[in-house]
Amino acid sequence: MGFERFVFYVFAVILVYAAARVITVRNPVHAVLHLVLAFFTCAGLWLLLEAEFLAITLVLVYVGAVMVLFLFVVMMLDINVSPLREGFVKYLPMGFVVALLIFAEMFMVLGVKNFGAQAVAIPERHGADYSNTREIGNVLYTDYVYPFEIASVILLVAIIAAIALTMRRRPDTRSQDPVAQVAVRREDRVRLVKMKTEEKSG
Amino acid sequence: MDRLSNFLKSLTLSELRKGLGVTGRHLFRRKITVQYPEEKTPQSNRFRGLHALRRYPNGEERCIACKLCEAVCPALAITIEAEERDDGTRRTTRYDIDLFKCIYCGFCEESCPVDSIVETRIYEYAFEERGENIMTKEMLLAVGDKYEEQIARDRMQDAAYR
Amino acid sequence: MAEFWEFIREPFFITLWIVAILVPLLLGVAYLTYAERKIIGYMQVRIGPNRVGPRGWLQPIADALKLLMKEIIVPQNSNRFLFLIAPMISIAPALAAWAVMPFTDRLVLANIDASLLYILALTSMGVYGVIIAGWASNSKYAFLGAMRSAAQIVAYEIAMGFALVGVLIAGGSLNLVDIVQAQQGSLVHWFWLPLFPLFLVYFISGVAETNRAPFDVAEGESEIVAGFHVEYSGMAFAVFFLAEYANMILIAALAALMFLGGWLSPFEGTWFESWFAWVPGIFWLLVKTSLFLFCFLWFRATFPRYRYDQIMRLGWKVFIPITIVWIVVAGGLVVGEVGPWFN
Repeated sequence: MGFERFVFYVFAVILVYAAARVITVRNPVHAVLHLVLAFFTCAGLWLLLEAEFLAITLVLVYVGAVMVLFLFVVMMLDINVSPLREGFVKYLPMGFVVALLIFAEMFMVLGVKNFGAQAVAIPERHGADYSNTREIGNVLYTDYVYPFEIASVILLVAIIAAIALTMRRRPDTRSQDPVAQVAVRREDRVRLVKMKTEEKSG
Repeated sequence: MDRLSNFLKSLTLSELRKGLGVTGRHLFRRKITVQYPEEKTPQSNRFRGLHALRRYPNGEERCIACKLCEAVCPALAITIEAEERDDGTRRTTRYDIDLFKCIYCGFCEESCPVDSIVETRIYEYAFEERGENIMTKEMLLAVGDKYEEQIARDRMQDAAYR
Repeated sequence: MAEFWEFIREPFFITLWIVAILVPLLLGVAYLTYAERKIIGYMQVRIGPNRVGPRGWLQPIADALKLLMKEIIVPQNSNRFLFLIAPMISIAPALAAWAVMPFTDRLVLANIDASLLYILALTSMGVYGVIIAGWASNSKYAFLGAMRSAAQIVAYEIAMGFALVGVLIAGGSLNLVDIVQAQQGSLVHWFWLPLFPLFLVYFISGVAETNRAPFDVAEGESEIVAGFHVEYSGMAFAVFFLAEYANMILIAALAALMFLGGWLSPFEGTWFESWFAWVPGIFWLLVKTSLFLFCFLWFRATFPRYRYDQIMRLGWKVFIPITIVWIVVAGGLVVGEVGPWFN
């Protein structure tokens, strides 16, 4: 137990540090990299909670794909940081109030009364042959099949909408069509012409 | 129909497999590598390598300091100074070729009226210090003396075409 | 003393295990570079390296020594910390993925439940090394290489993930040992036959994922010099090299496990079976892995580099539709219990 607790605290400290750096660091690329670190340590914590499927999925989806795109965008944009920091002090009281509100709301919902040690039974530890993946699959496709399907349809709509919004027909751009290029045969492009040699004039 | 066959062709990777076939066959071909220091490729008798100055059979140097080679050299690699010798003949006192400038075009050899400056078949030479790239008259004559036999043989073979 | 031994025993044996996996792996990487130069040489009708040691056998050692002795140059306006950590980030997942790699049904360091997912997650992290290297170098070419690599990895990761979904539908498990055991029977029982399109898509995406020719636009010598690692020299460069080849071996071994029956003998179920019963399973796995590695080198010797838009088209418009269609087909095969694989 001792070692597990030690690992937990190490991960927790790294996670809090990384999460704090995400919003305090000046360089946006560094912020994204700290977010990656936060996700990764978060996955480590989930592993400690025996949620290995979710932990690995977190790494796969967020670290492996989403954050790569984040980095891609942030690196490409080359954001000038200083104008973004203007008015930090001016909006500070307002931000403070909002933060306080959020904190109070979360405290009311997630407080000791609802999620404390008395309210929720301590989950039992499972043996080595317990398959987290199978359990999630079972729950997801039986009890929660409708929410799951609805969520996936909403995501599908979002994908289609994102593509539809960004797809513009721009006839003036000169882009190549690989399909047409691949389909080209020699006969389409080259014409061999037989010619008689011309008479020498003069 | 044509589009369908094209589609099937690209889906079955037929052209890629053809390409793989070519490299796959070459894997088992006899290798044509020449293992250089031990093996060497055959050389033409017209090979243009390191320069040499030749002598007549009686030991007299051929060069008469006409400076045609200096004039024709497109890279300005040749520097010649000449003076009258005690016996009244015109000879060079200095004949330098800068091998860094030389492009081994062979014009000097072609322009020479007495077949004095020639390019030999030697190509394995290297410099370790600055200044070694200048071939002086003595060095050129030494090369000529050493390889005279081969130089003469190569010129003889090519004589009909010169 | 005995108590201390009790405490240290498990970490000690795990460390021993790790060494026993990594040393052959790194030797394999070294000799894969040798094999690459030899095989590509042979395909170009040359003989390849043959000077250092008998028939050039010591060439990789000489290369490693040379790279070790060279200076690591850190560009002046680079981000020093990220610049130096990038090679480590790129090799760490490449090595960590081997933790769950089964060599036979019992010979596996960590037989975890979701090993396939774990490997997929780790291979997807390798791209960070490339991106961070490209960005931290503060060089245009390196940055272009990093951007290309990021876009390419995201495109091919999806196709690769879908191909793996097909495998785990067929195998009925996320565990690599179970997946291999589900292929028991004979050569035709292996998953390459029912999942043939996924097999091709997986291997080609694997080539793309490891940034190997013909998908090596991240390096693209002819247009962006050497891509993300232009600014690297000495050991830092060597670590990138190591990561690339370790990833190649990983992809090849995975392809062997998932589609060619891993350590199962190819003579299973035929009357040759008893003749080859004495051959240990790990030998078959090595043979199959080498087969795929040879394909990596063969591709490099054969195909010219893809143009960037063609890579994107292949990933998004060809591979993903193919894999989605075949996942449905594979699901149908499993539900319909079509023989000889799923009955």
